[in-house]
Amino acid sequence: MSKRKPYTRELPSDWWMKQLFYTKYMIREGSSVFITLYSLILAWGVLRLSQGEVAFNGWMASLQNPLMIILHLIALALALYHTITWFSLAPKAVDLWIKGKRLDDKVIISGHYATFIIATILCLLIITL
Amino acid sequence: MSENKEKTYIRSHEPVFWGLFGAGGMLTAFLTPVMILITGLLIPLGIIDKGNFNYQTLHNFATTWFGAAVILVLVALPLWHTLHRIFHALHDLGVKRGRDWQMVFCYGFAFAVSVFVFTLLLQMF
Amino acid sequence: MSKPVETGQIIDIDILRYRPEEDKKPFTQTFEVPYTEDMSILEALQHIKDHLDSTISFRWSCRMAICGSCGLMVNGVPKLGCKAFLRDYYPKKISLEPLANFPIERDLVVVMDDFIKKLEEIKPYIIPEKTGDKKCLSEGPHKQTPEQMAKYKQFSMCINCGLCYAACPQYGLDNKFTGPAALALLARYNRDSRDFGEAQRMKIVNQEEGVWGCTFVGYCSVVCPKGVDPAAAIQLLKVESSKDYLIGMFKPE
Repeated sequence: MSKRKPYTRELPSDWWMKQLFYTKYMIREGSSVFITLYSLILAWGVLRLSQGEVAFNGWMASLQNPLMIILHLIALALALYHTITWFSLAPKAVDLWIKGKRLDDKVIISGHYATFIIATILCLLIITL
Repeated sequence: MSENKEKTYIRSHEPVFWGLFGAGGMLTAFLTPVMILITGLLIPLGIIDKGNFNYQTLHNFATTWFGAAVILVLVALPLWHTLHRIFHALHDLGVKRGRDWQMVFCYGFAFAVSVFVFTLLLQMF
Repeated sequence: MSKPVETGQIIDIDILRYRPEEDKKPFTQTFEVPYTEDMSILEALQHIKDHLDSTISFRWSCRMAICGSCGLMVNGVPKLGCKAFLRDYYPKKISLEPLANFPIERDLVVVMDDFIKKLEEIKPYIIPEKTGDKKCLSEGPHKQTPEQMAKYKQFSMCINCGLCYAACPQYGLDNKFTGPAALALLARYNRDSRDFGEAQRMKIVNQEEGVWGCTFVGYCSVVCPKGVDPAAAIQLLKVESSKDYLIGMFKPE
């Protein structure tokens, strides 16, 4: 008769709080909650835009509420965190080979950041000019 | 080893959602920070002038096919990214009950908001 | 082995013990081990077994990070015992536990049956063009250029130590997931120019418990002692699976 009696450990539901790497992963995933809220604020803005100038200006004024400012500050921080993690993992999904060598991770990552900076400046110009 | 019966493999439909997740994630990574900066902070705090972000310009933009498409993508596509993550994060947090309903709710939510914005944009024409 | 320099310094090592004949659940036992700068965790375990408690069980073989036997959790991080050193923890206490996400057989020994089964399931061998159409030995070897080899070499460096499974919360949450090492090995064969088994293996990849069980936590690639980068292998397979899905829509079997 076998004396074997393997012991199975359950993964605790707070596993992601017990190690920094997992916590950062959960913050990355959690960033989506605030980006969802931001998208909903924009969707509401589209509704107000369709209802005329008074409605739209009301929506614009509501964005000046201190709570809204704080919400946007948090959303911005998390959105930037998403950007950083997204760019750092981007090379793993790229399978580009040049002359028998894989394209260097650094090239891919810096390409992403360059595009990001250009896109950001362009957007600021489009709005202000 | 003798394995006579051939295993049956069931194809997942995840590529559809993963594709939308990837597209939304890409858009979010490149543009969401500057969008939040402009609409949520710089303009409301009066740091920059409203500029082109006023009713008339935006309304004119939204009533072109190009403009409507841009607005739809900017507002709705990130949701296909975020709700996908939320759906999987629920699993990570150990919410085991009703995975099917969680899926319907998450992707249904992204779909509903997309349709909502799409309808509004159509109405404005 | 040269005799270590006695310094009189001591390091405390907590070990999660489990003796299936007598214990209902694991418990922690602390050992005091004489510290030397060049001592690995594996050597510390051998010191404990030789001098302090001969009943303690752990797996080991090569002592040089090639056999993949001595994986364990060092302060909650999956590591090879032979490749982790006391000097990186001293004077703090070290806690050793069996690899996470696997059942405990005894002390630091885990049950790896599920992992081995998954490695076997992905058809980890070169599948020739057509059965019955095999190239005869007399016709010479299957040639491969350095470029063709570079495409899969990284993914072929796996030593099956299981650290990536211990690092993967998705495997911990649901062990139906095929997991990092097996999927990296699958990618290794799919990317080999001599192999023609991609269509067979894509059926495994395309499943929910194939690549789609992964949410790209990415810790597997961090803990891998051989730089295999299973997270990248899975990510590339997700792209392949998506292409396969599109093709499948237009060309159903």
